[in-house]
Amino acid sequence: MGELGVVDSFTVTFIVRRFNPETDSEPHWQDFDVEMYSTDRVLDGLHKIKWDQDGSLSFRRSCAHGICGSDAMRINGRNRLACKTLIKDLDISKPVYVEAIKGLPLEKDLIVDMEPFFAAYREVQPFLQTSAKPKKEHLQSVEQRERFDDTTKCILCAACTTSCPVFWTDGQYFGPAAIVAAHRFIFDSRDEEAQVRLDILNSKEGVWRCRTTFNCSEACPRGIEVTKAISEVKQAAIRGVRR
Amino acid sequence: MTTVHHHEYDVVIVGAGGAGMRAAIESAPNVKTAVISKLYPTRSHTGAAQGGMAAALANVEEDSWEWHTFDTVKGGDYLVDQDAAEILAREAIDAVLDLENMGLPFNRTPDGKIDQRRFGGHTRDHGKAPVRRSCYAADRTGHMILQTLFQNCVKLGVEFYNEFYVLDLLLTDVKGKSTAAGVVAYELSTGDIHVFNATSVIFATGGFGKMYKTTSNAHTLTGDGVGIAWRKGIPLEDMEFFQFHPTGLAGLGILLTEGARGEGAILRNASGVRFMERYAPTIKDLAPRDIISRCMVQEVAEGRGAGPNKDYVLLDCTHLGAEVLETKLPDITEFARTYLGVDPVVEPVPVMPTAHYAMGGIPTTVNAEVLLDNTTVIPGLYAAGECACVSVHGSNRLGTNSLLDINVFGKRAGKNAAAYAKKAKLPALPKAAEQFVVDLIDSARTANGKESVASIRKELQVEMDRNAQVFRTEKSLGHAQKVIHDLRVRYAKIGIHDRGQRFNTDLLEAVELGFLLDLAEVVVVSARNRKESRGGHMRDDFPDRDDKGYMQHTMAYKKGDDIALGWKPVVITNYPPMERKY
Repeated sequence: MGELGVVDSFTVTFIVRRFNPETDSEPHWQDFDVEMYSTDRVLDGLHKIKWDQDGSLSFRRSCAHGICGSDAMRINGRNRLACKTLIKDLDISKPVYVEAIKGLPLEKDLIVDMEPFFAAYREVQPFLQTSAKPKKEHLQSVEQRERFDDTTKCILCAACTTSCPVFWTDGQYFGPAAIVAAHRFIFDSRDEEAQVRLDILNSKEGVWRCRTTFNCSEACPRGIEVTKAISEVKQAAIRGVRR
Repeated sequence: MTTVHHHEYDVVIVGAGGAGMRAAIESAPNVKTAVISKLYPTRSHTGAAQGGMAAALANVEEDSWEWHTFDTVKGGDYLVDQDAAEILAREAIDAVLDLENMGLPFNRTPDGKIDQRRFGGHTRDHGKAPVRRSCYAADRTGHMILQTLFQNCVKLGVEFYNEFYVLDLLLTDVKGKSTAAGVVAYELSTGDIHVFNATSVIFATGGFGKMYKTTSNAHTLTGDGVGIAWRKGIPLEDMEFFQFHPTGLAGLGILLTEGARGEGAILRNASGVRFMERYAPTIKDLAPRDIISRCMVQEVAEGRGAGPNKDYVLLDCTHLGAEVLETKLPDITEFARTYLGVDPVVEPVPVMPTAHYAMGGIPTTVNAEVLLDNTTVIPGLYAAGECACVSVHGSNRLGTNSLLDINVFGKRAGKNAAAYAKKAKLPALPKAAEQFVVDLIDSARTANGKESVASIRKELQVEMDRNAQVFRTEKSLGHAQKVIHDLRVRYAKIGIHDRGQRFNTDLLEAVELGFLLDLAEVVVVSARNRKESRGGHMRDDFPDRDDKGYMQHTMAYKKGDDIALGWKPVVITNYPPMERKY
């Protein structure tokens, strides 16, 4: 267990897709050998590169335990959070490939432009809309609260949206994360504007672009059943909301 | 050549965590408001808070805000300003209802109200027994607060400047008074400089836990806002009081909520003994954090630690059952599984104290106005949240009082900043307003010395863990002060690799380290000066509380390269200091 007992370190090769917008016309791959422990995270590996070998390596990170959503990246071809991916869970007999998430404009190394992602989020009206003015709290049963629990877990890391083949080919598609945000309010018993969001998502670039490939569910670091949430929004668009 | 942009706002809020966004929700609908953050708002560390937000709603059992006030005062070992604690506890009820009305999905009682659970130091009728006061959403209450506030900012169309790093506070002389005039920020994506001329400025920049190695804090919590205030001659209050949360994942520092003990989890030593029964017979594992952390360190020091190196204790949740863990504590259950490979459902989790929260910070009035000394307000300047010291936490904050603090005082800061901006004139900018930041960035970008930022930071963190953590002595603090001094000398000779303009996070880390070094020195110097033990500040060489000598707030002032220390009286209203027993 990491620093708790004595654990041997070993060398891991990271192959990182680099891009410096000020000097490079195209991204390129670069190798780094790093001494790691099995309980280290990929984020620790990136830090060791940045702190000991090449300070120009650029990536976002903050909380380092999977709650802030800063460090979604493609690790061995899968979208994951670098701070939630432990070395022991990777096959380190081979190099570990790390690159930026796909489908958003590449800014530098592992950093992409998140603005299109947040723009889609804002479009689904991700906030409670109600005419009720309770003196205290709105009442909500345990079951009503449970109905949308899964989609409240979203940390807006973009791992789902940027794992979606439809999003890669059609940047106009709202993408899974925005639909998750809509789901969270469509199925909240306190909200009165589910239909507005369903109309937005019933459009050309809405839920019907989803091809149910389940990449999004596999990518979600919070374990949200994203594809299921999208299906429920599709159902609601046809049959109306059942809370 | 550096590109400089100019902006004008009524209110500029620095920091987009809970306090900053709560302030924005008050300010933005009324006056032209900007929120500036070095992160995207949803990355802020409010999102990592887990257990809950205290408010005497009395939804599940009898409670009163007066009991909450008392617990806050006693929890802070009587260094709390009691008028501020009263405001905190009284306004807590509306603060929780505000959030629910904004959409926050709290857990519910069987009759559909907001559910509440127990938390450390929160008691019924002045200490008689634990009370259910913490309003919660599983063990992701902070996440829900951050998301809900962000959602409401989206609803209101709040203007955000994301990934803009504020590096200077502009103060100007208006009628003989040092007055806020704006801030200067460095845009991470381009390297451009932005001057924000504003009538009101709110600092809501969070804490500085990254001066410690073992910490629950994010990499980005480097005390930038507090450090800027310090460099501008604003004093810092009670900096020696840093909270070490008892249950960090051993070796990693990742937070496991106190809510686990609120739900009934028990701390055990290597022999399986529930050691808190010995130290706090009435409320045991729900004693305040400072007490529990000390007891844990003591258990380990006396050879009763668990594990191959006997260097941690165990948090036993196994008797809670899988359902409670999966529904009320799902995130921490997953953290233990992911990062330690330990399943809390079937085995106890290795834990040790982790640097968690700064009780001290920028001194403010109860209206969130920043103080230049014990009484003088800086017109137009406000602070709220962890970066501020009101002081509602005194020498030790109670769990669930920080999510409360950001909401109550974030709201007050936003309201008051907007009201001030409506009546005051936009102050003229000082001459060459951007120059300090232009020079700071240029010298960092071109730094070509031999010293490494990462090495200096690591040595600082190791030293702070070793000599300025749960137990302190004159000797340990003296050592820390010397080490920090040497590190500062080396910091002047750093080199960085990245010479680029765009997303230069190498440069960013170098600048952040400067703030950490400044603040670590203030923490250690303030701690050396307080020769007593109180709340989160435990001196092995002065083990007792000394109300005659030290029943007052520390005020640290920057005097050139030196630190001058003064005192500020504690506001006492209803609760004369008593011995603190649980």
